[in-house]
Amino acid sequence: MSAGPAGTEWPLWEVFVRPKAGLEHKHCGSLHAPDAAMAVQLAREVYTRRQEGSSVWVVPSAHITASDPGDKDMLFDPAEDKVYRHPTFYELPESVNHL
Amino acid sequence: MTTVSASLELRLTPPVRYVLRIADTALIHAQRLAEWCGHAPVLEEDIALSNLALDSLGQARALLTHAAALEGQGFGEDALAFLREEHQFLNLTLVEQPLRKPSAHSPGGDFADTVLRNLLVASWMKALFTRLQGSSDASLAAIAAKSLKEVRYHHQHAAGWVVRLGDGTDESARRLRAALARAWPYVAELFVADEVDAAAAASGLGPSRAELREPWHAEVAAVLAEAKLEPPAATPFVSTGTLGRHSEHLGFILAELQYLPRRYPGGVW
Repeated sequence: MSAGPAGTEWPLWEVFVRPKAGLEHKHCGSLHAPDAAMAVQLAREVYTRRQEGSSVWVVPSAHITASDPGDKDMLFDPAEDKVYRHPTFYELPESVNHL
Repeated sequence: MTTVSASLELRLTPPVRYVLRIADTALIHAQRLAEWCGHAPVLEEDIALSNLALDSLGQARALLTHAAALEGQGFGEDALAFLREEHQFLNLTLVEQPLRKPSAHSPGGDFADTVLRNLLVASWMKALFTRLQGSSDASLAAIAAKSLKEVRYHHQHAAGWVVRLGDGTDESARRLRAALARAWPYVAELFVADEVDAAAAASGLGPSRAELREPWHAEVAAVLAEAKLEPPAATPFVSTGTLGRHSEHLGFILAELQYLPRRYPGGVW
């Protein structure tokens, strides 16, 4: 299982698995594959061996634009003291479940 | 003390032979594929090959259990897998051929034989299990229905690789052509019909192997065409593993497969 010389590695794909119909696809990991069709097959092999899924998506990792980890404080900390953004101040009728 | 060296005295009726041929083909195919575990060219395919091997082993277990029930002397799947001798195995000779995995003399090995073997075997199993779903033997029909889902995937996975390698680089195409030439002499046996097949066809147990030729060729030819490969010409040689006369490789496979249960009879963990 030696890696090939630099430049001959297969592209990286992000794998999303839907556990069952009606639920959303969730990111579960990544893998290397030569193309999209084979990425779906290998995702099935690597990430759904224990009946984890009913559907698989793969996305080229290169197509994902990510936030800069260095900007974490600037981007996310300011939300810390704004509890009024949580919808927890409403009184719900008894008959409303699963909200 | 148990005499584990004694071979089993089996009552080999035509239906027992018929089921053992399929069971042993699945078992030896699984054992060969399992040799790749930890050695495949990439991690993802290593897991894929182990999954294929485990599917095939599961099919072998169900079929061996059923063969033991048909045989009727109370031998279980383990006795049939671990205590039969070489000449009592009835697998297709194709599946016992070496897969050219990496060695000191061949770093990296040659993956072409493996992907091609998977295509040839999965296409045969697919044609066979499709027909066996309608078997007059309800247990065999149920095993076939479950196994068909697995081998349909095996076929898709193998076909994907054969097309990518056959229609890939000059080197991958050359290697795949060489693998085709190595495998093809063992293909004739996939469709040899004898009195065991005739009895199965007559009783409704399952199709004669001759009836698998057409669906198999159609499926394999379509993949080879997409891979820009030509099927080699047929050879006069017909291998005889399904009669219990094997190539030189099966004995070595069984030595590895059977060592533990013969050395530690009844051992469990």
